[in-house]
Amino acid sequence: MMSDTFNIDGQEIPFTPGQSVMQAALTAGVFIPHLCYHPEFRPHGSCKLCTVKVNGRPASSCTLPAAAGMEVESNTPEILDKRRSLLQMLLVEGNHFCPSCEKSGNCQLQALGYELEVFTPHFNQFYPNRPVDASHPDILLDLNRCILCELCIRASAEVDGKNVFSLSGRGITKHLIVNAESGKLGDTDFALTDKAAQVCPVGVILPKRIGFAVPIGQRHYDAAPFSAHVDEFKPTAASQGERS
Amino acid sequence: MNAPRKLKVATASLAGCFGCHMSFLDIDERLLDLLELIEFDRTPLTDIKHVGANGPVDIGIIEGGVCNAENVHVLRDFRANCKILISLGACSVNGGLPAQRNHLDLRDILKAVYSTDTGLASGTQVPNDAELPLTLNMVHPLHEVVKIDYFIPGCPPSGDAIWKFLTDLLAGQTPHLGHGLIHYD
Ligand code: SF4
Ligand code: SF4
Ligand code: FES
Repeated sequence: MMSDTFNIDGQEIPFTPGQSVMQAALTAGVFIPHLCYHPEFRPHGSCKLCTVKVNGRPASSCTLPAAAGMEVESNTPEILDKRRSLLQMLLVEGNHFCPSCEKSGNCQLQALGYELEVFTPHFNQFYPNRPVDASHPDILLDLNRCILCELCIRASAEVDGKNVFSLSGRGITKHLIVNAESGKLGDTDFALTDKAAQVCPVGVILPKRIGFAVPIGQRHYDAAPFSAHVDEFKPTAASQGERS
Repeated sequence: MNAPRKLKVATASLAGCFGCHMSFLDIDERLLDLLELIEFDRTPLTDIKHVGANGPVDIGIIEGGVCNAENVHVLRDFRANCKILISLGACSVNGGLPAQRNHLDLRDILKAVYSTDTGLASGTQVPNDAELPLTLNMVHPLHEVVKIDYFIPGCPPSGDAIWKFLTDLLAGQTPHLGHGLIHYD
């Protein structure tokens, strides 16, 4: 039932009622940058990478319901600049040393940096002191790279029914914690097969013993840029209309 | 008509591993084309000791971050003498591998390396000589110390990326690195 359309940068996008601007765009094969969006989960609206301008006002396309006749600006120099700044802030806020990161080549933050030609983190580095938790037999948790997208929290609570992760603190002290008395992942019932072990867009939740197994050139984002992977992010039938 | 003046290029490696310089040489025979357009001032390849000693430099290229007082000095010298300053490689862009010591206490690191580590000759101490540049508490990317005009990330950036960037720049256009040339690792 594709009744109505809106437009993104002049291109007509059909949508079904209840779809977000992001869902409709991805369904039509139009790429909008995103990090906290995941096709199988309700939108979170926290990373703001998907910011667009609708009738002249900024909005997060992953949480904004599509409406007929909307005029959406996405790939304008102004918005691309803002998205670059957001990526740069994420990069300096954590410790992102890609050459020694097992997620390199498969990382959405990095792939978006390439996509938007982020040559430099620009801001002063925070170099925070964040822990690495190797207590779990199968999974390494390297919090140096957490961007607080809450995908692992959502997956563990909603799909795995385990509530392994939560956030603690506010503002700049906000950080991911493990729900165990010791705070250690090894003291939870977290398993490699959990949905929460599959959703981290960056290099925090890493399966052990397979690091760097895939050679450079064959990693997920080596052959084609992030924007060429829209199909992987198209909303699933289940996630349609499930927005809250 | 006279051939246009060759642009003067200076390079240095600070807290880097010389990998970016090796990658620069990896542009292979294109180096000869480049030498039609540029001449080198201070670089590890020439024996010129001070940047700009023979007049102002057009393009300065620096590999590696800033980890000690001498790095700060060389970097400021480059900034003062180069019209355009380029930060080359992961370490100069975000501190890179050397900056992974930043959350540790410098005194603890020096002690671990020079006095408590196993296998050290007896009596080994933390070096302390006026000739040695003082180590900074933290390693910093170049742009936290001086203004940087352009950045080429990568560990190291490939010869092709360096070539593309420099030829764009020499042609007077904004340098672009498309997919496959821009990388952080
Ligand atoms: S998480 Fe991504 S951006 Fe961060 S260090 Fe790893 S590959 Fe690089
Ligand atoms: S660990 Fe990964 S999935 Fe979880 S909040 Fe951090 S970045 Fe997101
Ligand atoms: S993808 Fe929309 S706010 Fe993160």
